[in-house]
Amino acid sequence: MEVFFYLFAVLATVGAVSVLLIRSPVYCALALVGTFFCLAAIYVLLSSEFVAAVQLLVYAGAIMVLFLFVIMLLNLKSDQPFALKFSIPKIIGLAVTVGILAQLIGVLNSPAAKVGPSGEYTIERVSAEGATEVVGRLLFTEYVLPFEIISILLLVAVIGAVVLAKRYVASGEEESG
Amino acid sequence: MNFSLSATDFLTILPELILCGMGMVVLLFDLFGSGRNTANLAWLTLLSLLAAGYADITMMGQNLMGFSGTVTADDFSIAFELIFLSVTALTVLLSTRYVHERGMGYGEYYSLLLFATAGMMLMASSLDMLMIFIGLEILSLSSYILCGMLRRDARSNESALKYFLLGAFATGFLLYGMMLLYGATGTIRLREIAEALRHEEVFVNPIAWMGMGMILVGFGFKIALVPFHMWTPDVYEGAPTTVTAFLSSGPKAASFAALIRILVEGLSPMQEQWSQVLWVLAVITMTLGNVVALQQDNIKRMLAYSSIAHAGYILVAVVVGGAEGLGAVVFYALAYTFMNTGAFGVLILTADRGRERLTFEDFRGFGFVSPALGVAMFIFMLSLAGIPLTGGFAGKFQIFKSAIDQGYIWLTVIGMLNSVVSIYYYLRIVVVMYMQPAGDDSLQEPPRASIPLYTAIALAAAGVIYLGIFPSGWIGISLQSVSLLTAGG
Repeated sequence: MEVFFYLFAVLATVGAVSVLLIRSPVYCALALVGTFFCLAAIYVLLSSEFVAAVQLLVYAGAIMVLFLFVIMLLNLKSDQPFALKFSIPKIIGLAVTVGILAQLIGVLNSPAAKVGPSGEYTIERVSAEGATEVVGRLLFTEYVLPFEIISILLLVAVIGAVVLAKRYVASGEEESG
Repeated sequence: MNFSLSATDFLTILPELILCGMGMVVLLFDLFGSGRNTANLAWLTLLSLLAAGYADITMMGQNLMGFSGTVTADDFSIAFELIFLSVTALTVLLSTRYVHERGMGYGEYYSLLLFATAGMMLMASSLDMLMIFIGLEILSLSSYILCGMLRRDARSNESALKYFLLGAFATGFLLYGMMLLYGATGTIRLREIAEALRHEEVFVNPIAWMGMGMILVGFGFKIALVPFHMWTPDVYEGAPTTVTAFLSSGPKAASFAALIRILVEGLSPMQEQWSQVLWVLAVITMTLGNVVALQQDNIKRMLAYSSIAHAGYILVAVVVGGAEGLGAVVFYALAYTFMNTGAFGVLILTADRGRERLTFEDFRGFGFVSPALGVAMFIFMLSLAGIPLTGGFAGKFQIFKSAIDQGYIWLTVIGMLNSVVSIYYYLRIVVVMYMQPAGDDSLQEPPRASIPLYTAIALAAAGVIYLGIFPSGWIGISLQSVSLLTAGG
């Protein structure tokens, strides 16, 4: 099992890094799909099939289709296939990233590090009751408030998309300066 | 499994519910209301803020808890909620003319302000990392959009994009930290985290410490602590001035509220260590904010750096902790709201059609051109500098008194020195207003009158003076509000 975890983790990271480095938007989108698939696979390995399915449906399915639509409509063109120009800020950023990564690896490998006390919902219990059922029941009981309040978050996002991207209706309505 | 919701659950989040509901009503009213009357939208927004404030005041002292302990309406959250409501109410009053003249999608503007306020209130009242995160995201998302509402202004676009990209980056840190903390303690409830951390084997777990560090980075960005402050001047300068007034007081206070919740309720066993980290951050934040503010020629930018410095002063009080220190945070947050929003209010009022008056040059002789506004600006600057008889002084006094009582002598000395430095740039504008003659390029005549704007400035000035002369009322409330937090830890 651990082999599969490392396989998908490495693939997901490679996909994420290529999203940053590749200039062509379509290839970027494809790399992102790959990352999403690998993440879904990791969720399956963690025996949360429900999250994996949602990940595939929502991210790899719906959101990626939207991305590709936008790319298609914008008709972006790119001259350079790769963007590998190093500047001082980028090198500093890379150094900080490597530092944090090294620290994380050190932390996770240190002898005192271990997974904390497990909660009520152990893997055995979740697989006995069914992941979807457990998630669904929790969302509508203990976590009903966060679940509902996220709708406000989504509403704000929708308003933002409309406000920032809508067409200028009339010239008198917009600011002059 | 039995589960039922009672009226108490909904009462706990009643103010948030009012704001969210009215946010939608404002949107619909804008759509169906007659002739897109902006004044009506502003009144409707104010009305909902008042209703939420009334709901908050009636709940004071009851310490309700709801939704299986994810949210609470204790005095701490209510005190902060009243601060958020004052920020938003002042912002709405300041916005009426600005929004109209610049045609910033009226209904959306006011409803986003309401949603942002609801997000801030959720941050202050959550006992659960998940809820804090959602509240923060509602607030952040609304703020990004508000920054970019001047769509034809390139700097407004830059401000929104910069804020969004860096904000998303910082959110990543925060979420990762929360995840690590969950991994180490097995729970996302703040009080259960504190419980778990009292066990030796969890306490020594480096994963939990890494989590704490990342949470501090995430909040450091939201509060604009040095070295996570890089975005602040550009975002504050580019955003519409009304939004800057809102951003520099509201979200900062909300992030402090959530940070205190996490640190004092959840990470209290680690207090010794996180207060050392914050000690250093407080010193460099105060110092860098003040030193860079000295060199600014643009008042909006100067106020941006000043807000960084003031976050440093508030952080001193967080480091000190205890009832006195945390009470000083609550006190200072309200005092800062009045003086900061008031100062921005004067800038907004002097902004004439299409041209904003933002440099020191523009304010030459302003004290004689418009005596009333000159006096108001004078009061706000004195308060920001921390001169006696103003709210700013009373707040700083609380902070430094608690610091000395707890033996933080060096922190107090550095804070005082910083205060002295800050007097220079705050009084510079007073000197320019009263001691230099009006030039060709400065403001020649008093700005056009606007009743809501004058009301907001007068309210802010009255608040500053009231808190300066009679601080005991709000001190009492702020001390009481933190009594539950400090009693347990």
